[in-house]
Amino acid sequence: MLTVGLSHYLTVSAILLTLGIFGIFLNRKNLIVIMMSIELMLLAVNINLVAFSSFLNDLVGQVFTMLVLTVAAAEAAIGLAIVVVFYRNRRSIEVEDINQMKG
Amino acid sequence: MIIASLAFYLFSIMAVVGALNVIFQRNPVHSVLWLIFTFFNAAGLFVLLGAEFVAMILVVVYVGAVAVLFLFVVMMLDINVVVIREGFLKYLPVGALIGVILLIELAVVFGGWTMAPQAEALRVLPAPDPSQITNTEALGMVLYTNYVYLFQASGLVLLVAMIGAIVLTLRRRPGVRKQKISDQVNRDAKDTVVMVQVQSGKGLS
Repeated sequence: MLTVGLSHYLTVSAILLTLGIFGIFLNRKNLIVIMMSIELMLLAVNINLVAFSSFLNDLVGQVFTMLVLTVAAAEAAIGLAIVVVFYRNRRSIEVEDINQMKG
Repeated sequence: MIIASLAFYLFSIMAVVGALNVIFQRNPVHSVLWLIFTFFNAAGLFVLLGAEFVAMILVVVYVGAVAVLFLFVVMMLDINVVVIREGFLKYLPVGALIGVILLIELAVVFGGWTMAPQAEALRVLPAPDPSQITNTEALGMVLYTNYVYLFQASGLVLLVAMIGAIVLTLRRRPGVRKQKISDQVNRDAKDTVVMVQVQSGKGLS
């Protein structure tokens, strides 16, 4: 119990990923909280990568973690820009209101 | 050893508590602050794993840039907090169901999971001894040689994101008086000034 192994880190990351998915379903009225949930899921992926990298003594995991960080930052910037444009047009950020494209 | 284990449990429990609060907070501003808390604890986990550079990058990039961006947008959009919680209970069962199913699947995967015996041999870049070379230096030696194209590509991703965000949010409002420097520079004397030869004693009729 007191020696922390790889599976402990994987469990933490699994819980964080599940909470992220849970948050997407729970906060249908607020697009920004959905984006925060996506950030949580990306954080869980990062914890997985770094844990494997550390326990296998392989540096590639940390390199890819930085790539995931970059993509997460870009995703947050673009996503928040889209949210701002959407709020200007519709005065709301509810998921139900985003049906203009009828997708 | 025991201190490291205790630190692991502290950081991981705090990260999970932070994530729960991100989801369940009423006010989006509080959600962002709890997200920052979660990122700090994840950075602590990374330090425990010996990945100091990624931990610091996580704090700098996420807390310094992404979370502040979220905070700006949350405060810029004037959201009605009361309306936002409508339908919260409607989506609770299906969300909980999917979350529980996913957690069970992950538990099943972790339960029957073992490391492959040849995994050590398949390493792409075996990490050097931490007592000889720091994590940051080892990462830098790899990042700018073996993964230089990946590094450039991530820079390109950030450039495209920056341009995209500017293009999306830039707008021209009608009725706003603004200085247009190109119009001022293009203004020509021929279009605006008329030279008139005035004869003496007659004036301009």
